[in-house]
Amino acid sequence: MKLHEYQAKELLARYGVPVPKGRVARTPAEAEAIAKELGGGVVVKAQAHTGGRGKGGGVKLAKNPAEAKAAAAQIIGMQLVTAQTGPQGLRVASVLVEEQVAIDRELYLSVTIDNSAGMPVVIASAAGGMDIEQVAEETPEQIFRQHVHPSTGFMPYQARALAFATGLTGDLMRPATDLIAALVRAFQESDGSLAEINPLAVTKDGKLLAADAKFSVDDNADFRHEPLMALRDTTQEDPREVEARAAGIENYVKLDGNIGCLVNGAGLAMATMDAIKFEGGQPANFLDIGTANSVDAVVTALKIIGADPDVKAVLVNIFGGLARTDIIADGVVAAIREGYVKQPTVVRLAGTNVGEGLRILDESGIDLVRADGFAEAARKAVQATG
Amino acid sequence: MAVLLNRESRVVIQGFGAAGQREAHTSRAYGTQVVAGVTPGRGGQEIDGFPIRNTVRQAVDEFGANVSLIFVPAPFAADAIVEAADAGVPVAICITEGIPPLDMVKVKAYLRASGTILIGPNCPGVISPSERARAGIMPPDVYLEGSVGVISRSGTLVYETVDQLTRLGVGQSGSVGVGGDPIIGTSQREALALFEADDETAAVVLIGEIGGTAEQEAADYIRQMSKPVVAFIAGATAPTGRRMGHAGAIIAGKAGTAQAKQTALMNAGATVVQSPSLIGETMQRVLKERGLT
Repeated sequence: MKLHEYQAKELLARYGVPVPKGRVARTPAEAEAIAKELGGGVVVKAQAHTGGRGKGGGVKLAKNPAEAKAAAAQIIGMQLVTAQTGPQGLRVASVLVEEQVAIDRELYLSVTIDNSAGMPVVIASAAGGMDIEQVAEETPEQIFRQHVHPSTGFMPYQARALAFATGLTGDLMRPATDLIAALVRAFQESDGSLAEINPLAVTKDGKLLAADAKFSVDDNADFRHEPLMALRDTTQEDPREVEARAAGIENYVKLDGNIGCLVNGAGLAMATMDAIKFEGGQPANFLDIGTANSVDAVVTALKIIGADPDVKAVLVNIFGGLARTDIIADGVVAAIREGYVKQPTVVRLAGTNVGEGLRILDESGIDLVRADGFAEAARKAVQATG
Repeated sequence: MAVLLNRESRVVIQGFGAAGQREAHTSRAYGTQVVAGVTPGRGGQEIDGFPIRNTVRQAVDEFGANVSLIFVPAPFAADAIVEAADAGVPVAICITEGIPPLDMVKVKAYLRASGTILIGPNCPGVISPSERARAGIMPPDVYLEGSVGVISRSGTLVYETVDQLTRLGVGQSGSVGVGGDPIIGTSQREALALFEADDETAAVVLIGEIGGTAEQEAADYIRQMSKPVVAFIAGATAPTGRRMGHAGAIIAGKAGTAQAKQTALMNAGATVVQSPSLIGETMQRVLKERGLT
């Protein structure tokens, strides 16, 4: 689950990471009041789950409270379009109003999980700012890493090593090591999947500040982070994805094509998309029903797929292990009887209880295209789109 | 995969709820020795002929359990894995999906110092058809006894691959689902080494996925293998996700793409398949070319 910048900064500040003074505003009047309180120039930043907000017109400087109000009026309610959002953009409901700070240099600092090492890793670079991925690719020697070993935790010498490597020496060393340690603590105690400060600013008056912050909480740990999970902003997600999640379907992603897919298992779901494209078609979505072993989950999934105006044909590809093909078949029959799916539907069932699953489809009398093997299923689905 | 699981294996099931019970029955019907279930607080009961114990230690002491199959819900699964390792069970297979990654960080560190091999989590388990030994959730009827090993991050792609092979009359020595989670007990590379050491196995299918660098690490090992490998990478056509931040990209760089993985595997000598529906016939052809049928 992604946090907004202001939520991430509030979280990090609680752990002792210094952040610029500021608060979130949901109306232009609130933005004006916050600017007045802060005094001096402010920056007004759109709160949306995307990077590249500045280029999309979502970040504006204001010299005084009146300008802050005007900037907030422009940003709140806008559809912010960036390279990451797609053409429809994301709706902005709030802005972060912060003091302007005079920046001397910009660094990069993050914590994430290094899957191959099997432990968190802290990444730092003196080359902060926008194009850090390019830095990593072209000059990897400018990227420094320290793993967080679970038996010792993050050690002070590791924080010092990162501070020295990125030029945070002299008077900056102590604040830098405190900040890095605080970021690691926030990551671990909140079950982070990403904690990123980019840029980490050294101000002209010699202070360290998290000028921007991103934080994601791992959804698998939601059961032990109720207060954090309450911060989830579903307006930043595709409504179909929100509906799918409410039905226990964790993995629905809307795509550009016209073949709606219902598959079990992320790997088979990806391979089904590969097979559709191999046959010359385009998937309308990725949907992994997982082991959501209930007729209701299948019906909800098909309702979401059937209601998508882009969908011209539906492909159900199930290889049952823990998932039972008879339950899937019941769901397919129910969804079509309820009128949720009107598009031609290709069904391929294999695995657990397949005899029973196929019998349910046969006895329903519903007009379905049956396929044996998923190359055939993909081919028939592509044909069914006309 | 008799190295991990064979007719002598004595399986205990941790988390003997609906799914655990159903799979216990399926495995027993297949011919596997399922010796006990563990559900804390229910020790001493018997469910459908399966004795229930409070702890893994009791199942080991009383029934000689040496493989644990874990269905315990995600919030408690880390505890269950470590309990199995601490009871000295040499092979733990965790089906549970959705375990918090930071829990797995601790589990993995603990397992490094123990002698227990963990398969999974978020995996379909392990099967050895010639041994009639099954510890997992895979549908057993799609398997045919033979000499091809199957490794995959994805459970359903294991079944799909096995089904394609069986329809062509190409049998399997076993399958190992290594699991779809970011942090897993046994990597693709380690699973390849298990099949390389397995006498029954003549060739291996490796099913990878986009993301991470595990396939590159597997490719590194393929160079030194004596057995041929057929590989497929799922997700070649998947759109790049709406990711957040740069940290993931800094770690993996371009290695996460299907193309980078396919290239690494080809350069290591694996036969890389472009369409998932061609895995079976490609393996059949490779076996013929190498005189392995």
